[in-house]
Amino acid sequence: MILQSIWFYLWGLLWAVFFITDGFDFGVGTLYPFLGKTDQDKRMMINALGPLWDGNEVWLITAGGVTFAAFPLVYAVMFSSLYTALMLILFALILRGVSFEFRGKVDSPAWRRLWDTCIFIGSVLPAILFGVAFANIFQGLPLDEKHLFQGNLLTLLNPYGLLGGALFLCFFLVHGALWLSIRTDGALQQRAVKSANGLWPVLLVVAVAFLLYTAKATQLYQNYLEQPVFFAIVLAAVLGLVGIKIFLLKQAYFKAWFSSALAIAGATFFGIIGLFPSLLPSSINAEYSLTAFNASSSPLTLKIMLMVVLLFVPVVLIYQIWTYGLFKGKVTQEDLDLEEAY
Amino acid sequence: MDPVFLSRLQFTATTLFHFLFVPLTLGLSILVAYMEVRYARTGDETYLRMTKFWGKLFLINFAVGVVTGITLEFQFGTNWSRYSAYVGDIFGSLLAIEASVAFFLESTLIGIWIFGWKKLSKMGHAMVMCLVAAGSNISAMWILIANGWMQHPVGFIYNNGRAELNDFAAVVFNKFAILEFLHTVPASFTLSAFFVMGISAYHLYKKQHIDFFTRSFKIALVFGLVASIWVVIEGDQHAVHVTKTQPTKLAAMESHWETQKRAPIVLFAIPDEDNGRNRIEIGRVPGVLSLLGYHDINAEVQGLNDFPKADRPPVLPTFLSFRLMVAIGTLLPLLTLVGLFLQNRLVENRWYLIVMMAAIPLPYIAIEAGWILAEVGRQPWIVYGLMRTADAASPVSGIQVITSMIAFILVYGLLGSVGYYLIGKNALKGPQAA
Repeated sequence: MILQSIWFYLWGLLWAVFFITDGFDFGVGTLYPFLGKTDQDKRMMINALGPLWDGNEVWLITAGGVTFAAFPLVYAVMFSSLYTALMLILFALILRGVSFEFRGKVDSPAWRRLWDTCIFIGSVLPAILFGVAFANIFQGLPLDEKHLFQGNLLTLLNPYGLLGGALFLCFFLVHGALWLSIRTDGALQQRAVKSANGLWPVLLVVAVAFLLYTAKATQLYQNYLEQPVFFAIVLAAVLGLVGIKIFLLKQAYFKAWFSSALAIAGATFFGIIGLFPSLLPSSINAEYSLTAFNASSSPLTLKIMLMVVLLFVPVVLIYQIWTYGLFKGKVTQEDLDLEEAY
Repeated sequence: MDPVFLSRLQFTATTLFHFLFVPLTLGLSILVAYMEVRYARTGDETYLRMTKFWGKLFLINFAVGVVTGITLEFQFGTNWSRYSAYVGDIFGSLLAIEASVAFFLESTLIGIWIFGWKKLSKMGHAMVMCLVAAGSNISAMWILIANGWMQHPVGFIYNNGRAELNDFAAVVFNKFAILEFLHTVPASFTLSAFFVMGISAYHLYKKQHIDFFTRSFKIALVFGLVASIWVVIEGDQHAVHVTKTQPTKLAAMESHWETQKRAPIVLFAIPDEDNGRNRIEIGRVPGVLSLLGYHDINAEVQGLNDFPKADRPPVLPTFLSFRLMVAIGTLLPLLTLVGLFLQNRLVENRWYLIVMMAAIPLPYIAIEAGWILAEVGRQPWIVYGLMRTADAASPVSGIQVITSMIAFILVYGLLGSVGYYLIGKNALKGPQAA
């Protein structure tokens, strides 16, 4: 029981780290056509992500892998139920990834336009779809007694699902704008700061709407009513949201970015704690839900995987933090002149 | 439209496509790391230019390899959910270990390598490429341990209506997986060596950058010589183990129907799968299959007719892919041996340069044939002897799968053509001036 509960929260943690890290990549990619006025701006923007996006994306692979390892039945049902949505995410990520590498390799405006489009679509689509997917998980999927999904892509595009998509998009846009505020300068940075300031109230409104709608559309608040101490997580998310604005006003962009990271982590855990112990609640009948207790791997696998994760995830964090440290400064002309730069 | 058939087709297409890029990553990362370490130690600028030139080709190839790998992990969930639920306890953990132990390392450090030229010392920067190479190859190891388990499942018990892990060490040290790793990795090194030798041969043929490409050629030559001989020797061990663990695959590899002592091989055959015999046989050599499978010319080898039809793999593709792989696999060490004699007179031996240019696709064909053999030869099982492919697919509709498959063909077609166009363009352009 304890082992399964630990894994439930680790599962949530890995998704949260993915949203925090690759989240700003999605945000920058979505802002890309709007803030990148010149080719120089555009190169500045993708080179601000350059050294980091690939490592960030592996958190998705790890979150997926850990779902497979710790909760095989959830992995099976989640990804086959969300077949079309997940395929769209995969194609988006594929195109985004190669676009960074391909874009600068041929000197032609049409060529660059093609990959610019792919960067935008490859960023905005996952940002929205991850939100839609998780909001639908929060409110429950139509799973029957055999855990078969009784719906399709349109089932997912319900009002609460779409609001979840909007929430994730707003989070990532602000997160990305803050990252650009850190790593760029000049007119581009000013536009990034302006976007962060302009998008913040939108994020706030959508976040509040989501919190309120959650009470109507989902059962998430039950765990909170039973254990009011969990409301601390909601508070952390709110503090993060407020922190963004405070630090933006002080032009402390790093701190604003960390606040945004806190808000994203808080929002993810708001859902995770509310879900417990379900990973995939059934909207047809609560008894058909997949939970940490009825969908987990064997105790031996959970133990071995726990050791692997406790050993290696800290190591990964160490070298990723080192990488972030190397590349936290402004992108310079010298960086853009590198032969290997995007 | 049958979703099982379509899902198989989609998995085949996406795997074979992904595996066009992975082997070059595995080997070229090591060659580039070697060049850069040499530069860091000697300060010789030619090594730096070599690092940059081959590194650029490496990065284009790496980008396509990485993005197409994600698809494979998630397809187990989207298209093979019954498989995932049944064996995830074992198989899922291997994929998760791969991501956390190895994939993180290569993906994070590749970013540092691309953008960190001015931020690290020469040796520090070279070490980053060494870690990328290590990460890629360790990643391949875990993936092959996972595939090895599908080929020869060990260390599990039936429990709660599924296969559950009961001996982790048995899974990790599965002999089948180790042999598979020791076969696939040197095959990938061979492919990378021929890639470097072929492109070098082009420039030597055009008599440009002679010093640069002679040195590149020689580095790859040593690497390719060792690797290509290793593949052949190890391949022999691998066949012996397949004989023991997957008798139906071995029999299909040779289109061998009747159980017999002094079992023959045939050079070529057209199998008649309905009637359990060969319609046409050319070049029958008695005893060689016994020798191949048991290292004993008189050993008895089981034929396909000993197994129910429902348990036999498709014979023709298994038979042909094995022949293609072996034919090319035998030719490659010979080509490197010739290179060993000609290495100081490369520019004069223009015929050899042409041969080496033409040889670039050969290891690609061999390595893809090898995967077809491994996977088609395992059929009708998704996990040999444990779960049938037909029982493994997701409860998704044929329409969903055919839509995603068409999308894969379009997107991968684009990636493949652009990727190889860029690799070709940069390869032919040659290195920057000294």
